[in-house]
Amino acid sequence: MATAVAARAKGKPLLEIKGLSQTYAKAAADDLLVLEGVDLTVRDGEIVGLLGRSGVGKSSLLRIIAGLTRPKSGEVRWRGRPLAGPSEGIAMVFQSFALFPWLTVLENVELGLEPLGVNSAERRSRSLQAIDLIGLDGFENAYPKELSGGMRQRVGFARGLVMQPELLLMDEPFSALDVLTAETLRTDLIELWSEGKLPLRSLLLVSHSIEEAVLMCDRILLIAGNPGKVAAEIPIDLPHPRNRNDEAFRELVDKVYGRMTNPSGPADKPKAQSAGMDLVLSEVSTNTLAGFLETLAAEPFKGKADLPEIADELTMEIDELFPIAETLALLKLAEVDRGDIRITAPGRRFVESDVDARKKIFAEQLLATVPIVALIRRVLDERPSHRAPYRRFSEELEDFMSEEFAEETLASVVSWGRYAELFSYDEQAQAFSLEDPE
Amino acid sequence: MPAHRPASFGKLTLLPVAPSVWDAVVFALVLGVLALVAFGGRETLQPLAVGAGPISLDPAVLPHYALRTTLRMLAAMAASLVFTFAFGALAAKSRRAEMVLIPMLDVLQSVPVLGFLSFTVTGFMALFPGQVLGVELAAIFAIFTSQAWNMAYSFYHSTKTLPRDLKDLSDSLRLGAWRRFWTLEAPYAAPGLVWNAMISMSGAWFFVVASEAISVGPTTVSLPGVGSYVALAIAQHDLKAVGWAVLTMLAVILLYDQLMFRPLVAWAEKFRLDVSDAEPPRSWALDLFQRADFLRGLFRPVADILSSVASVRMGKPIAAPPALTRAWRSPWTERAWYVVLIAIAVIAAWRAIAFIGGAVGLAEVLHVFVLGFYTLARVAVLIAIASLIWVPAGVWIGLRPRWAERLQPVTQFLAAFPSNLLFPAVVVLIVRFDLTPDIWLSPLMILGAQWYLLFNVIAGTRAFPHDLLEAAASMRVKGWGWWRRVILPGIMPSYVTGAITASGGAWNAAIVAEVANWGDTKLTAHGLGAYIAEHTKDGDLRRVVLGVAVMAVYVVLVNRLFWEPLFMRAARMLRAD
Repeated sequence: MATAVAARAKGKPLLEIKGLSQTYAKAAADDLLVLEGVDLTVRDGEIVGLLGRSGVGKSSLLRIIAGLTRPKSGEVRWRGRPLAGPSEGIAMVFQSFALFPWLTVLENVELGLEPLGVNSAERRSRSLQAIDLIGLDGFENAYPKELSGGMRQRVGFARGLVMQPELLLMDEPFSALDVLTAETLRTDLIELWSEGKLPLRSLLLVSHSIEEAVLMCDRILLIAGNPGKVAAEIPIDLPHPRNRNDEAFRELVDKVYGRMTNPSGPADKPKAQSAGMDLVLSEVSTNTLAGFLETLAAEPFKGKADLPEIADELTMEIDELFPIAETLALLKLAEVDRGDIRITAPGRRFVESDVDARKKIFAEQLLATVPIVALIRRVLDERPSHRAPYRRFSEELEDFMSEEFAEETLASVVSWGRYAELFSYDEQAQAFSLEDPE
Repeated sequence: MPAHRPASFGKLTLLPVAPSVWDAVVFALVLGVLALVAFGGRETLQPLAVGAGPISLDPAVLPHYALRTTLRMLAAMAASLVFTFAFGALAAKSRRAEMVLIPMLDVLQSVPVLGFLSFTVTGFMALFPGQVLGVELAAIFAIFTSQAWNMAYSFYHSTKTLPRDLKDLSDSLRLGAWRRFWTLEAPYAAPGLVWNAMISMSGAWFFVVASEAISVGPTTVSLPGVGSYVALAIAQHDLKAVGWAVLTMLAVILLYDQLMFRPLVAWAEKFRLDVSDAEPPRSWALDLFQRADFLRGLFRPVADILSSVASVRMGKPIAAPPALTRAWRSPWTERAWYVVLIAIAVIAAWRAIAFIGGAVGLAEVLHVFVLGFYTLARVAVLIAIASLIWVPAGVWIGLRPRWAERLQPVTQFLAAFPSNLLFPAVVVLIVRFDLTPDIWLSPLMILGAQWYLLFNVIAGTRAFPHDLLEAAASMRVKGWGWWRRVILPGIMPSYVTGAITASGGAWNAAIVAEVANWGDTKLTAHGLGAYIAEHTKDGDLRRVVLGVAVMAVYVVLVNRLFWEPLFMRAARMLRAD
């Protein structure tokens, strides 16, 4: 497959990454990796998508390419030379727009040309051109706060384009926008790209939306695992403009869903099955879990659903959907396989029960499948005081994961444990206990 | 051509070029200010005998005195700003510097400014022998020490909490340190800095008045200013003159607020990152300036010069040789740094002990701590009494938006008014009715500081979520339960903020409040403030240092052990998510 992609590739490689690894910025142990053994190439003339769930290291990878952080190890070559810091020819578009609120649209766009030593007349004319191209004509003197989200991101694009970069990095540029605005912006961008009007050679798009990646990219790289690596490479051959309702388009989306639930063979299965203390739990509310199970059990799914379909029904992106599906799989309330989700026997019992019985089923599944919950309960049972401090468990987790992940995991544990009435937690005293508030 | 579009769509814009009435008004204002600065500034270069000539009690000289006082204030503010940028940037950029500078700031903030006056006057007079400038600088330095610390801290805090995306963007555009400072760091810090400068300035009026008539041992210098005027009025039993001074001060503070700070606060709104729903602060003076198009044209060259300063192309920083970088980052450098720090601390402590110990025994040190305890007791009781009065009053006002809108600026104004101008009135009463100074001098300490309490309680109540109030009302929570369960936890963080400022102010005021004069009558209360004041008068620097150090210890301890834990607890309780 790799050779097929190479044969299709349009131009010479611009960016080459080999054997890259990166550690967490704030980890208790030095050797906790967020990325490991990442290889990737971006060639002249292509749009490459980095697709993966949050926390998998996509943004870390992008920051390394932008020269904002250095990798722990591995090689990053830009135009054939090792990359050292922010480089000429690479520009970036931010998820949060990153506009200076005290500068006008024009001043925001001009800003990056100044350090390059472009004189002020040329700065002005180039910026006006970029603003014109991206459809912001007439807003030159507006301040960002006077613009809608979509218009703000257009400023972000204009600022990237005015640099006339060879590679434009885009960090989830549409995810802070509403559905309609995002779609307009995507189509505008792809149109300009297909017509060859964008002053750039290639695009690297970080995304957590499968449809967005299939809509825009020539090639999708799936980033998955813990630590993250390139788990699969999926070429997209469809001609632009692409139609979301196209048969071929739907098939590709299904294929990517399948790849994301079972990236490649058993070794890379989501850690849910490995069931150890290294399990990172995402904060999913028990209400959401119950609601999802109910939808799954009811018409039209009747216990078994295609993930893209149920995502569509609930209008969820994979960033919301996957944590829910994975948590259900972990608790053995549902099973996930090749892009499908199926309710299990305990899951069905859960849906059919009343509030108290639901709590009991949830508690049983929690104790059986989440080791940290079992540990907390055991420690509380054994201690005569039936109390244990938060640090006792967070330190245990930090041997296996970064501080942030340990905090997120324990937050989920607290909320699930409270719902299941397995233990209570005193936020002021930062302690777990078995006491029931009267 | 789009470049000539009006800056904002909603606002009325006048035709360019044709001068408007506003232009004339603003132009006159600017010219007037320039002339005043030139006039006031020239006088400071006069020899000591002329410039610091006898103070007159004639009300006609008061405008002149007020000008001098105000210029001192401005000079100190400029110095504070320069200090803030240097200090804040250094602390935010270098971890090793941060380790020392931030705790230092904390202590400096707690040191009573007035206690230092005696050292600085001698120092600065030695620098400029025989010139008014030396004494002027000493007074300016005293004001500087009362306002620089929290401004520096505000800037440091802003620089540490820069939004990550804007930081990344600046790196990715390779803006460089200088341009980045002007494009990102300074604008981002502006709203906080302006607010802190305003609070500092409020506090500083107190010190400017106190520092104008300085006597250290045998030397007594009176700088022309409102403070000296009042000092003379007290010495001559002239209650009417005190009244004139109070009126002048009211006018000065009002002008300062309207012409300088309100415009600044309104202007700094532009740099706020989060757009809140609250009505942004407005200022008629700023509107005036922004509407005067002709004037804006006049100022454009100035703005252009400023912006070209910001975009000066600094050469690429010279890359340090790798060996040096490695050495700089090695753990050995880290250890060496610690050793140097500890060595300096030990030497400093040893010198200080040797200096004080030469004249003062252990018994006196203990005695000073006991005196400190008296002052502590006074501050505690006063804060408690002020809280009992101002918390209910503040909540009452805060719940009524119309009142709050009108009274909030008034409280701010009252906080800025130098309460030491009012001391004579109280002293006259104490003398007339033969009251115990130990008790009746105490209220003077809280006179100026109490407004911070009221101000913050009003602000906290206004910020309290309206839906929670309605929920409480619909559940018919009333009386004591309402105070305990609803409003008090809600305003707690604001209250604590106000109380910290108020108690800090009260400690400082102790130095002028525990000893009071009216003509030849002298009233003294037992306390640390009186101890420092007496020995300043004698010129006994060792005992002044001892007193100042003990006071700093008390303030730091009370903040650390009482206010800060209380604040953390209150803030944590209030967090909704």
